[in-house]
Formats: sequence, structure tokens, C-alpha cells
Amino acid sequence: MGGPGAGGLKGLEVTPLGRYLARRLLQFVPTLLGALFILHYLMTVGIQLNGDPARAVFGDRTPSQSQLQAMQRVFGTDDPCFEQAGNPCLTVFVHRLENMAQGDFGVDSRERPVVTLIAEHAPITARLALLAILIELLVGVTAGVLAGLRGGSFWDYVVKVSTTMLVAIPIFVVGAVTQLVLGVEFGSWLKGVGAPDLLTGLFSIAYRTDQPWASLVMPAFVLASLSLATTARLTRTSLMENLRGDYVRTATAKGLTRNRVVGVHALRNSLIPVITNLGISFGNLLAGAVVTEGIFNIRGIGGLVFGAVATGEAATVVSVVTILVLVYLLCNLIIDVLYAVLDPRIRLD
Amino acid sequence: MTEQVESVISADRSAQAGIERSASLWADAWRDLRRRPVAIASAVVIVLVSSMAAFPWLWTRTDPRDCPIQLSKATPSAAHIFGTNELGCDYYAMTIYGARASIIVALVSTSLVLLVGALVGMAAGFYGGWVDSVLSRLADIFFALPFLLGALVFLSMLRSHSVWTIVLAFAVLGWPPLARIVRASVLATKNMDYVQAARSLGASDRRLLFRHILPNAAAPAIVVATILLGTYVASEATLSYLGIGLQPPEISWGIMIAQGQSYVTSGYPHLLLFPAAFLSATVLAFILLGDALRDALDPKLR
Repeated sequence: MGGPGAGGLKGLEVTPLGRYLARRLLQFVPTLLGALFILHYLMTVGIQLNGDPARAVFGDRTPSQSQLQAMQRVFGTDDPCFEQAGNPCLTVFVHRLENMAQGDFGVDSRERPVVTLIAEHAPITARLALLAILIELLVGVTAGVLAGLRGGSFWDYVVKVSTTMLVAIPIFVVGAVTQLVLGVEFGSWLKGVGAPDLLTGLFSIAYRTDQPWASLVMPAFVLASLSLATTARLTRTSLMENLRGDYVRTATAKGLTRNRVVGVHALRNSLIPVITNLGISFGNLLAGAVVTEGIFNIRGIGGLVFGAVATGEAATVVSVVTILVLVYLLCNLIIDVLYAVLDPRIRLD
Repeated sequence: MTEQVESVISADRSAQAGIERSASLWADAWRDLRRRPVAIASAVVIVLVSSMAAFPWLWTRTDPRDCPIQLSKATPSAAHIFGTNELGCDYYAMTIYGARASIIVALVSTSLVLLVGALVGMAAGFYGGWVDSVLSRLADIFFALPFLLGALVFLSMLRSHSVWTIVLAFAVLGWPPLARIVRASVLATKNMDYVQAARSLGASDRRLLFRHILPNAAAPAIVVATILLGTYVASEATLSYLGIGLQPPEISWGIMIAQGQSYVTSGYPHLLLFPAAFLSATVLAFILLGDALRDALDPKLR
């Protein structure tokens, strides 16, 4: 243990926390560069094996040499290294990094900057993710408490079976079936009986701009389903553990009500691993949001990605995913740092 | 001092275990698994789906690509028990033939991931030092990439997709968790007395690794691999569903679900539900079997 910087920093008056933060930040840089390089390399190999995405934009039409060159310049694939299989195209990578540092993530085939596209589509995805996190916490913790209060009870069994199903069934199947049952069957029945707009919005098949929150609830449930299962199980296990703790016995012996013992004393401690998991599952949430938007035809960042896949704009896909990965890594970093600051029990070496 | 106490305790424990049962870990696990109805049911599902993948003609004599268009979108009947799709292809035959893509992707990807993960994990855990630092950082970097997003980038760059390009994407992106697990068990094992004994008897690094250390990593690796099989079946279907995995005329459950979904609103829910049910059952079976294996192989839970 003890990172490379630990020894050198000893001369200075640095707290363990400060040292940890410094090391975490130092580790962040190679991880970030590495992840960006993998994305770059995947793209490079793809181009070398399959030809230029700039050509794919033209579809069946044969572009003139100048048209093709213009598109290659737009996508940044005009370097000869893209024709040599196995060449990692390092100069292109360095050039891209420089552009990224200045906030330039490339343009799509109509020369709109990808950053602008992301900014346009991000609010929907952010709303979807926020709703999903709320649902995950609300439903997951409730289910976990119901199951954890008495192991082996009816509720414990129900939660166990349903969480197993949720973990195992792919998110898009859950989405498609939810859409079928709630969106198509129940939704059209609601429309038939003339239910208020909010209700039909809740059960609409696709995203509706007039119901920016309500029509995202069903997709958010689908998106939350995976981590919801983990949340419920974690809450259950750690609540059961904490209920056996000495401090719970003390609280009960003091004569506190059962609700207060569980709600204030045991549950608060049980939520620590749940919050940790929330941080860890953020990446899945991000990738899941892309998939969920594909299922429900939501024009968020996922919609942007699939639109680009459908029209063969591979460069846009790479740029968008690069930004997603950046967001994901930054969030992980922030969560780690928050942890170190907030929880004094975490070992910092 | 504490080491001595620990070894006394563990000797004591193994003596007790010796009185209770003399079977090996694997024999114990096998006996344990046979008593679990969930494990048996999962194994049966896996055998059935694998037989569909390997010998689809055992299940149906109909060619899934022989599609009389006049039979378009027939609802389930005696002649076509799952009905037909919009092109008139027999949906039961398609569902049976759809197992092959899933199982091949899952099996080959998992084997590759096991191989790479085990080699990297062993090297990192056994040699330590800079080898460990480099390999662990490399695994961290791959870990930092959300799996589906990485696969999405790789596959969106390719114009033609086959089972093998998907396998490649999964194998390249999937090895870090296994490497971590193997590394952890190698680290836990390499300083044990019996390994030291073998070393002092002059055993080579290779013999130490493969004969003495690796068998200890096998149990956790197999549990994770079983669960990975399910995850890869699900991931292949997800990618195909989204249009970036396999593409028609290939037959895959993901494609069937995607195509079936567009007819759900017009009153043909069976086009969605049959492939969805097969896919879910397969993934569920792998994951439940993995869970059961974990319980059976972890002596601490007994």
C-alpha cells in the first residue's frame, strides 16, 4: 500500500485526508486518459477494419473526392493512419485531447457541434435519471425494510422473488412488456374513459412534450428496476444486521417505540451501504438511460446516440459516449471524495 | 503469534470437518446443489436451451427462413403454435433457432473472459510489484468504461455485425471483474503454508500457480462465470434489440423482440411475448444457477 506520492509528501504537514484527495486526483488523470484512449482505439480499429464512417454518411450515393475529403475533415478521419491496420493513431488522439480540453468534441455530419447537441438533449436524460434515483430509493428502501423487519416472512419472500426477477430479466424486456401492459392496454383504456391529461401522460407509450415529468415516470421505473433490486436487498441485509446490534437493544431497553428504533436508529445506519451502492451504480444508470430512451423513443442523449447509429454517424456516437464517460468518471471521483470527507470511518490508505 | 493461533484454529476446524464429512469441496457442493430445486430447475432450462442452440432440428422440422407471405401475422394455432411474424415465418421455429446466437455469444465470450481474466489476475496476484500495479491500473481503466456504452462504440463503428464481432467486444471489455477476483484469491492463497511447502520442495512458479494456487481461485471464478453467461445472453439481446448487435436476416431473440414490439399496438402481443419469455427464462436460469453455485461453494455459509 501507500501510493508513490505518500513518501514524498511526508515532509509537508499534510493530513491523511489531504493526502488521500491528492492521490485520488493523481489516479484520476491516467484513468481518464486511459478510458478516452480505449474509446479512441475502439473507433480507430473499427475504421481500419470497416472503412471510413465519413463514407457511410453518403449511404448509397458515391461522393466526389472533394465531398468525401470535406466530410473526412469534419469527422477528423482524414489522417492516413486510419488506413493502416493496427496503427493506434496517436497523433490523432493527442489532437483530439487538445480539442477536448478546449471544449470541442467534434461535429455531426451537418456540422453542428456535439456539445450543443448534448446540451439540447441532456435535460430530458437528467430528468429521467433523477426520477429513476428517486424511485429506486423510495421503492427499494421500502421493499428492503418490509423484507428486513422479519426475515422469512411473507414480505421477505415476495421481495426476494421479485428482486431476483428484476435482476435477471433484461431491462429492455421489462420496458417492452411494461409498455405493452401499462402503455398500450391500460393507457388506451384511460384515454377511452377520458381520464385527465396527467394520468394519460403517466401511462403514455412515448415521451410527451406536454407532460415532461409524468410521461417519464414509466421509463424511470424501468430504468430504476435494476438498481432497485440491489437497493432492496442491501437495505434488507444491513437492516437485519443492524437490528441485532447492541445499540438497537439499548434503544429498545430505554423504552423507545418500535417505529423510532427502526426508523431513526437502525434504518439510518442501514442506509450507508445503500448510498454507497447508489454511487457505484451511477454508471449503470447512465448506460441504462441510453437503453431506456431507445425503448421508449425518448429524445434525450440516448435518443441522440441511436439517431446517430441509425444514420451511420459513428463519429457522433463516439463523441457523445466520450462525454458520457467523462461525466461518469467525474461523478465517481466526486462520490469518492465526498465519502472521504463525510465518513470518518473510511480508511484512507 | 496470531498466525500460529489462526493455524491452530483452522487445523481444529478442519479436524471437525473431517469428522463430519470427508468429501472434497466439489463433492460437497454437488450434494448441496442436488438438494436445491431452484438449481435443478435452472440446470434443466440451461440444458434445454443449449440443446435448442446445438440441435434445433430436435425441436422443430420447420425452416425458420421458409416464410409464405400469405401467412403474415397469424395468431397461435395448431399448425403454428407460436403463430407467424409479419413475413409469415413460423414463430416457434424462429424462437428455437434464436437460441443459437445467444448461447454462442455467451459461451465464447465467457470462455475468453475467463482465460484473459485468469491469466491477468494470476500474473498480478502472484508476481505483485510493478506487474500488479500495471495490470491493476489497466483493469481500473477498463472498469471505468460502462460495459454497454463501450460495446456500443465498438459495434457502431462496424458496418457488418456477426456473432464474432459481438464476442470480440464483450471479451475486450469484460475481463476486469474476473481478473480482480482471481487476483484476490491468488493473493489470499500464495502465502499459505502448503504453497510455501511446495515452494521449498523446489516447485516451479508454473507448478505452484497451476497446481496449488489456481484451484483455489476456481470456485469464485466459476460462480462469476455462470452469472456472466446470463449477463452476456442479456447483453447480446439488448444490443440486437437496439439495432447495433446482430442484424436481420440473422435470427436472435433481441431482433425478434424489437420487430415484434412494433406490432404490439396493432394486436399481436405474441410476437413480443414468446421471444421475451424464452430470453428471460434463459438469463434467469444462468443467474439463479450462479447464485446457487455461490451458496454451494462457499463453506462459510454452511
